[in-house]
Amino acid sequence: MHYTPHTDADVAEMLGALKLDEPADLFAHLPPQLLLDRPLKLHQGMAELDLVSWIDETASHNRSELICFAGGGFYDHYLPPVVRTLTMRPEFVTSYTPYQPEVSQGVLQALFEFQSMVCAITGMEVANASLYDGASAGVEAVNVAVGATGRNVIWISRGVSPRTREAIETFSRARSLELIEHPLVGGRTAWDVAAAGPPAGVITAQPNYLGVIEQYDPVVDMAHGLGALAIAQIDPIMMGMLRRPGEAGFDVVFGEGQPLGNPLSFGGPVVGLFATTKKEVRRIPGRLIGKTVDGSGRTAYSMTLRAREQDIRREKASSNICTNQSLNAIAAAWQMAWLGPQGLAEIADRSVQKAHYLARKLAQLKGVALAVEAPFGREFPVMLPLEPVDVVKAMADHGFLAGIPLPADYPEFPGGLLVAVTEKRTKRQLDEYADALEEVLKNG
Amino acid sequence: MAEAGGRASSSPLLGGGEEPTLAQLSQVGRRASSTVALDVPRRQLDLPELAPPPPNLPEVSEHDLVMHVNRLAHRNYAADLGAYPLGSCTMKYNPKVCDYAAEHGGFKNLHPAAPAELTRGALEVLWEAESVLCEVTGMARATFQPPAGAAGELTGLLIMRAYHESQGRLRTKVLIPDAAHGTNPASVTLSGLVAVVVPSNERGMVDLEALRSVLDEDVAGLMLTNPNTLGIFEEEISEIARIVHQAGGLLYYDGANLNALLGVVRPGDMGFDIVHSNLHKTFATPHGGGGPGAGPVAVTEELARFLPGPVPVRRKDGMLEWEVPSASIGRLHGYHGNFLVVLRALTYMKALGGDGLRLTGERAVLNARYLAALVADILPAAFEAPCMHEFVATAAHFKKEYGVRAMDLAKGLLDTGFHAPTMYFPLIVEEALMFEPTETQTKQTLEALAAAIKELAVLAASNPEALHEAPIKTPVGRPDEAACARNLELQWVR
Repeated sequence: MHYTPHTDADVAEMLGALKLDEPADLFAHLPPQLLLDRPLKLHQGMAELDLVSWIDETASHNRSELICFAGGGFYDHYLPPVVRTLTMRPEFVTSYTPYQPEVSQGVLQALFEFQSMVCAITGMEVANASLYDGASAGVEAVNVAVGATGRNVIWISRGVSPRTREAIETFSRARSLELIEHPLVGGRTAWDVAAAGPPAGVITAQPNYLGVIEQYDPVVDMAHGLGALAIAQIDPIMMGMLRRPGEAGFDVVFGEGQPLGNPLSFGGPVVGLFATTKKEVRRIPGRLIGKTVDGSGRTAYSMTLRAREQDIRREKASSNICTNQSLNAIAAAWQMAWLGPQGLAEIADRSVQKAHYLARKLAQLKGVALAVEAPFGREFPVMLPLEPVDVVKAMADHGFLAGIPLPADYPEFPGGLLVAVTEKRTKRQLDEYADALEEVLKNG
Repeated sequence: MAEAGGRASSSPLLGGGEEPTLAQLSQVGRRASSTVALDVPRRQLDLPELAPPPPNLPEVSEHDLVMHVNRLAHRNYAADLGAYPLGSCTMKYNPKVCDYAAEHGGFKNLHPAAPAELTRGALEVLWEAESVLCEVTGMARATFQPPAGAAGELTGLLIMRAYHESQGRLRTKVLIPDAAHGTNPASVTLSGLVAVVVPSNERGMVDLEALRSVLDEDVAGLMLTNPNTLGIFEEEISEIARIVHQAGGLLYYDGANLNALLGVVRPGDMGFDIVHSNLHKTFATPHGGGGPGAGPVAVTEELARFLPGPVPVRRKDGMLEWEVPSASIGRLHGYHGNFLVVLRALTYMKALGGDGLRLTGERAVLNARYLAALVADILPAAFEAPCMHEFVATAAHFKKEYGVRAMDLAKGLLDTGFHAPTMYFPLIVEEALMFEPTETQTKQTLEALAAAIKELAVLAASNPEALHEAPIKTPVGRPDEAACARNLELQWVR
């Protein structure tokens, strides 16, 4: 199968117009020793029906039906059909970056509305039109802090997602930045004000990776006292319940936006959220959509502050981003609009209440204890008497994706399993999860 | 006589009025969502940092939301509406069977932290996509972590850097032709290296003498697009590779233009060591209004140990497992990159097979060459060499004779029912217009596009003012971008 529409007559006429005899002549000016002298070693093309069978068959090798208690930034929330239907409109799906604003007002306005709603949930003054994911948004937050202060030390909480910290480490190595990690004590970040510095930025997480709700004011006061940017990684759903970081004085807020309207997607494509203050607007990475007027005074949207971007500033650009995650940002926009203020507050509430119900049930099981005492939201770590990796495998036989084993990222929690709960989990599922875990532990 | 399928002038862009924002449609007390009742006993929780009331999101009905979004969609051009000859962007048709794959619950409901034994199908997809990509590019191993082309560049540059460090040397200079994509130098800076520009010669190719003069022991490597951004094949590539390698540097292939070479020439055979591909260009995944894309990076056997981790490896029992390469540069993405985009691309690759991929490359070049010939007397190519999958024309003579700029012609084209070409790129061509028709447009569409360009040429001579005012049939005219940047309005005011 292929998607070229040429008839034999078309090809003959086109080659004739070009005074060529055969298609291979199109490449006659290339050095002959470079031309591939054999067919690609690939299978024959497939008919569409065979392709669909292959897709179904391969998909069946995944245990996607497991009831999901894994989180770590990616959560199994309810995705209403209306959001998917609207997002999958071909005008959004099959358009390019809106370089021609006159015929791109749909995408531009959608992204403007996304920016507005990200500002609403974070309490920040400016949001960009999305980044790749939460981890790469963390890298860009570091980049902004370094640019704003001219310093090369970053303080980061061990409660920031391990995947995000790894991405920041990769970038820090390249840029010779010093990354100083501050430990979790009792589940909360214990900032060491005497650590090497002064830092360009201080990065906390709300809630942190263990699900614990951190306190804002001490970290903001400390960062600003040191002349550093206060930076927070957020869970957007929890913003339906918690104080907005912008109101607490943070300078940069970033996060994994998947829980807003995007399926789990095996981690991608999802959407990185990035918001900051007006003061740092010229350091923002990626696309920004602004509102303006056309020659007739009609409202028109356009990409703006383009002079920051790579196609204009080249090696002096504030980031290298060209393609980002527009469609995932658009999905997030429609999800936020569908939820509205009450809906976002309600799913945060349901998720937290159900998480606490499950936590209490699990803590009553023999050999199981909550790993931290600090107050948590919709996610919490438990300590198990068996290897968590083995427990996850065994729980799959009961129909559950039990959570994320902690030891690989947090060896200080041997036996730790991170469990997340969303509004989708029913009481029955929570009870059955607890029963299944009891049985798994009993069978050792 | 067949009509042109790619002309979208019948598209009913309704009304011409303004579309209110969701904030303007908002009415306190209205809502679209319903939330499940709490089925566990409610407990009073003593949590810090609680902050009622909830965020100031708009309050709209589901029907209002649906009408709003569909009206916005009506105000947007798309590859599914008409021809999109935007050079360097490869706006080909995105087959819908690939949507079926990406929307399959067996893939899209998969949590990224689930262990390999529960996600076998996903690992098989990544493994097979890697093997196809490596065969097409002539490389040994690949990573799918980079979520876009620019992220692929950064990945490749970090690998380049790590390679030199492993040889006990710190090389800092990366050579980049003056016609390169802006992402190239921006990625170099981001990776902590220094971009050095190499000029093009009078044939629009890398100037070999200039290249020789900047090659020294501080050169980490050369980044090159081939066909280059002028749509011209760098015929001296073997010599370029030889002298860069001789100086101890590596060759990085920017895969933005790989569509031209599918099954014809492989970057690995040209001497490249690191190759990124844009799945959202060459392998037909939709651009989504600016993303998601995917920019996998393939490397030679020698460089495989530097790839970002983890990558799938096949165990002795045949099962796939994750493994971090021994000298990995680290993580570039939270998990495995834009996985569903990779799945779409693999679906496309399997649909086409080896023969279909070759045919795709061939017809992409045929279409560009044909369109270039049809408009050559109006918009001459900037350089004489035969074009590959795209061509760069100059409108300098329109500016000189009629005061009509490349942008005016591009905007004028919108009024004829076609998307505009890429304007003012590459920077080395005066009043550049870059056309990339792709292989999925018909001969009739190319002829209609050429006819529309001819009409614009007539209009430029008779009534240049009309082109300065174009477009007039679109939902809005040219936005005042200067005012936009001066009075920044980046979110709605409520």
